[in-house]
Amino acid sequence: MSDLPTVPVASKAPTRRRGRRVQATGTDRIFLALMVIIPTALVVGLVWLPAVATVVLSFASWTGVGSLDTIKWIGTQNYVDVFTIYPPFKPALTHNVIWLVFLFVIPTCLGIFLAVLLDRELRATRFYQTAFFLPVVLSLALIGFIWQLIYSRDQGLLNAVLNTQIDWYGDSRWNLWAVLIAAGWKHAGYIMLLYLAGLKGVDPSLREAAAVDGASPVRTFFSVVLPVMRPINIIIIVVTVIEALRAFDIVWVINKGTNGLELISTLVTANVVGEASRIGFGSALATIMLVISLVFITIFLSTVMRGERR
Amino acid sequence: MSRPRTESEYLASLLPPSVAAAGISRRGFLKGTLGTGAALSLSSLLAACGGGDDGGGGGSASQEVTFGSNQSDEVPKKAYADMLAASGLTVKVNTVEHETFQENINNYLQGNPDDVFTWFAGYRMRFFAAQGLAGDISDVWSGMSGMSEAMKAASTGEDGKQYFVPLTTYPWGLFYRKSVWQEKGYQEPKTLDELVALAKQMQGDGLIPIAFADKDGWPAMGTFDQLNLRINGYQFHIDLMAGKQAWDSPQVKKVFDTWRELLPYHQEDALGREWQGAALALQKKEAGMYLLGMFVGEQFPEKDREDLDFFTFPEIDPAIGTGAIEAPIDGVMMRADPKNEEGAKQLLKFTGTAEAENVLLKANNTVIGSSTEADTSNYTTLQQKAVEFIGSAESIAQFLDRDTRPDFASTVMIPGLQTFIKNPNDVDGLTKSLESQKKSIFTS
Amino acid sequence: MTSTTVTPRAATGTAARARHRRLSPGRILLNVFLTATALAWLFPVLWAVYNSFRDYDYTSEHGYVSLGGFTLQNYIHAWEQGEFTRHFLNSLYITVPAVLITLFIASCVAFVVARFSFRFNLVLLGVFTAANLLPQQALLIPLFRLYREIPLPLWMSDSGQLLDSYWGLILINTAFQTGFCTFVLSNYMKALPHEMFEAARVDGAGVPTQFFRITLPLCRPALAALATLQVTWIYNEFYWATVLMQSGDKFPITSSLTNLRGQFFIDYNLLSAGSVVIAIPVLIIFFLLQKQFVAGLTLGSTKG
Repeated sequence: MSDLPTVPVASKAPTRRRGRRVQATGTDRIFLALMVIIPTALVVGLVWLPAVATVVLSFASWTGVGSLDTIKWIGTQNYVDVFTIYPPFKPALTHNVIWLVFLFVIPTCLGIFLAVLLDRELRATRFYQTAFFLPVVLSLALIGFIWQLIYSRDQGLLNAVLNTQIDWYGDSRWNLWAVLIAAGWKHAGYIMLLYLAGLKGVDPSLREAAAVDGASPVRTFFSVVLPVMRPINIIIIVVTVIEALRAFDIVWVINKGTNGLELISTLVTANVVGEASRIGFGSALATIMLVISLVFITIFLSTVMRGERR
Repeated sequence: MSRPRTESEYLASLLPPSVAAAGISRRGFLKGTLGTGAALSLSSLLAACGGGDDGGGGGSASQEVTFGSNQSDEVPKKAYADMLAASGLTVKVNTVEHETFQENINNYLQGNPDDVFTWFAGYRMRFFAAQGLAGDISDVWSGMSGMSEAMKAASTGEDGKQYFVPLTTYPWGLFYRKSVWQEKGYQEPKTLDELVALAKQMQGDGLIPIAFADKDGWPAMGTFDQLNLRINGYQFHIDLMAGKQAWDSPQVKKVFDTWRELLPYHQEDALGREWQGAALALQKKEAGMYLLGMFVGEQFPEKDREDLDFFTFPEIDPAIGTGAIEAPIDGVMMRADPKNEEGAKQLLKFTGTAEAENVLLKANNTVIGSSTEADTSNYTTLQQKAVEFIGSAESIAQFLDRDTRPDFASTVMIPGLQTFIKNPNDVDGLTKSLESQKKSIFTS
Repeated sequence: MTSTTVTPRAATGTAARARHRRLSPGRILLNVFLTATALAWLFPVLWAVYNSFRDYDYTSEHGYVSLGGFTLQNYIHAWEQGEFTRHFLNSLYITVPAVLITLFIASCVAFVVARFSFRFNLVLLGVFTAANLLPQQALLIPLFRLYREIPLPLWMSDSGQLLDSYWGLILINTAFQTGFCTFVLSNYMKALPHEMFEAARVDGAGVPTQFFRITLPLCRPALAALATLQVTWIYNEFYWATVLMQSGDKFPITSSLTNLRGQFFIDYNLLSAGSVVIAIPVLIIFFLLQKQFVAGLTLGSTKG
């Protein structure tokens, strides 16, 4: 969970360096070059090149053992297999979509709602913020464990209170929703914080004008605040999508992504890690993830960069 | 979590400390041993680097041999250490946690593996031998005594050469508590019909007839294997594992259909339960029997282990009988191109002797030795029965995930069997899917 | 003022009026609602903490919805059996260098991008930020192979390769996190007063001086905020720690969690204690440095 979400609400800094070309001396140029080249090499080498390699490998059949010439190129056969004969794929895709929709509908809206509520001078604001934000600093894997105490079939709180015998983590009818609640618990706090930050940056005069015009708080929010928060809204959408696509940790620690908790990320890992070593096939699945992510990343970048290009 | 390969893998820790007899969990031992394992591996690497020989074959028996081991729990670790010490060679042991070792075998073997390492017999061994990652040790086998034909076959690669030396094995069967059966007057069933009748009787008595757990995906393979061996015979089973038979053939469908009829007698909610939980049900007298390997005894406190007994899966087709069993074999292999080839081969020769197994078994009583010459005088009743059981078997299979391609077993069979357990009615759809996936994997 | 809320608006007339309205029924309702929600929100964590202090014997006898059976044994057991000392140290070995290197590299790039308008600035930012957002699973296979091919001297990694070594994890975490930090820092640096640099350049200060003597000290708030975030994220990082590390004894604390679960199979109280212990470092950082944490996430808009 390491993404982007800085909140580029309209920056108030005057644009000062448009079209400015700064002279740099000889040694300075070298330093500048180094300062850029080394980090870029690291990022390109460890992130982008592997990404490209993954796409390339998706057209191959390989066990990963042996040198590169043991790779067999088989065209799009892996993709055909993924879409036609691989039973866990459809459930995984469905679950990812459910994850996305769920995150949007419940935690995101809840986060926004809480942010709006907290955007007042409340005495206990610090306590509320701390409480809601706490899950965000916990890792998803840890969250999976903590909620196990609640969801366990024989020792969980939920069954004790509801007097049921449901294996919340083990029954494929319920486990996705159980996990989603735990993940949403974390996500809502995150969204709340982003939105709160954004709300603080909204010009108060806008609200006062709306109040003067007789608009109710709800109306003010939807007609005045929401449109102004557009950059943040976009960020929140992107964050939610990325988190939904990236979901892995919590599902993996519960049952390695089987039996109702399949996700594309777990399918990739299960096919590659361990003895399975279906490199080409796993790469095809990974490429699918990559493509979907890149769509949203591009949307995000174009929005943000538009803000940069002053 | 895969099933433990040797003795006391999931020992008392799985009973909480306050309940277990010993106060220390497996993991306490585990982490402690990993600490020494790390130190040993580091020093072994350093020794390998700066030490005497460099690269390639050669080396002499007097130099040390490196040994990669997945025997990470206290008791098997000590057992192996004892055995290696008795070999008379200088052996540097590099112990890696059991699961981790298996998961990383691909990387391990391609990176810088030890001269000798622990592994399993069956296709799982042949797979790596065929890729040139294991060393040919046929010369070690010539003159080796005490190994049955079945053992030799399980140690032979696709090219007819031997790559593996068996150490220990254990049978799969239907385990039960003698005390419970005596009390209720149950008899070991000899045919499928008798099994069903017994199950119904157990249900009437308030017991779960057959404990069952498949959260990790592999335990259900045991049930499949037993049914397939009984319904279609050993040869068909092996061919199926090798991809030579179709998964949507009527024979395989018959296996699933039979299984479906037995499912109502299995423990519910299996997909949310690990095998330890099912074993616990057996131990707590909530279940009547459990189809598992002999390692089920690890979940029993020492005092209850004498109460364990087992019988072979009942006959289904009289023409086939019950001659085929499953008894996975654990042992050791040599890496391709070891640093100390002579030393490695000497070590392997030693491990093939009864003497080595005796030392090993002294510390470890939920497995039995693979050599017919191993000393059985200290065996528990269960071990004695296992020896007889395996010795008199007509044919021995290893287990689904050791008999077939690992990628097929883990990415296709695990989800497939879990799907079956959830929805046993769509056998046609399932077998069709298994077959098409098998085709795509086996021909790649 | 140590308010941990995001920079509140200046006390305008609105705020003043707000104070007068504080005791309205609407406000009371709001506070009640929020308090209830906040407590419900905290419940899972509180439940874990509560149970971590309880004895397994007691809870198996009386069920979990009960009171009593308190003990500290779970923590001791969890620590020993989970070998937390070793794993915490591993986390330390990985997190601290990763955070330091990330911040340093990100500052370098941000400096160049903020101070000098090269045409490829945006492209660079794009490359870095997007790298932060890619799904990790998509990179697994080639990285695996790459890490296996890169040899490391034994004093750096006892596996002889980048795979299964601390440096391997440090580098991949750095590569992933640099994007976010660069983005934030570049925004921050752009807002620094330009005259200072003009003066420095006129005085003949080269790039290193400008960077180390002027920019970095001024960026301290941003760096502090980012450091807080990075420590949390890298400490919590689970995926790479699981797949790129193979010797159990080198696992950082997060990936040793799965081992924990296998062993604490029945004893959930032990599991709670283990979970609480693992959560404590981030919780401490969170409580002490919440302001920094929040500032880090919102640095794009307000300029610290």
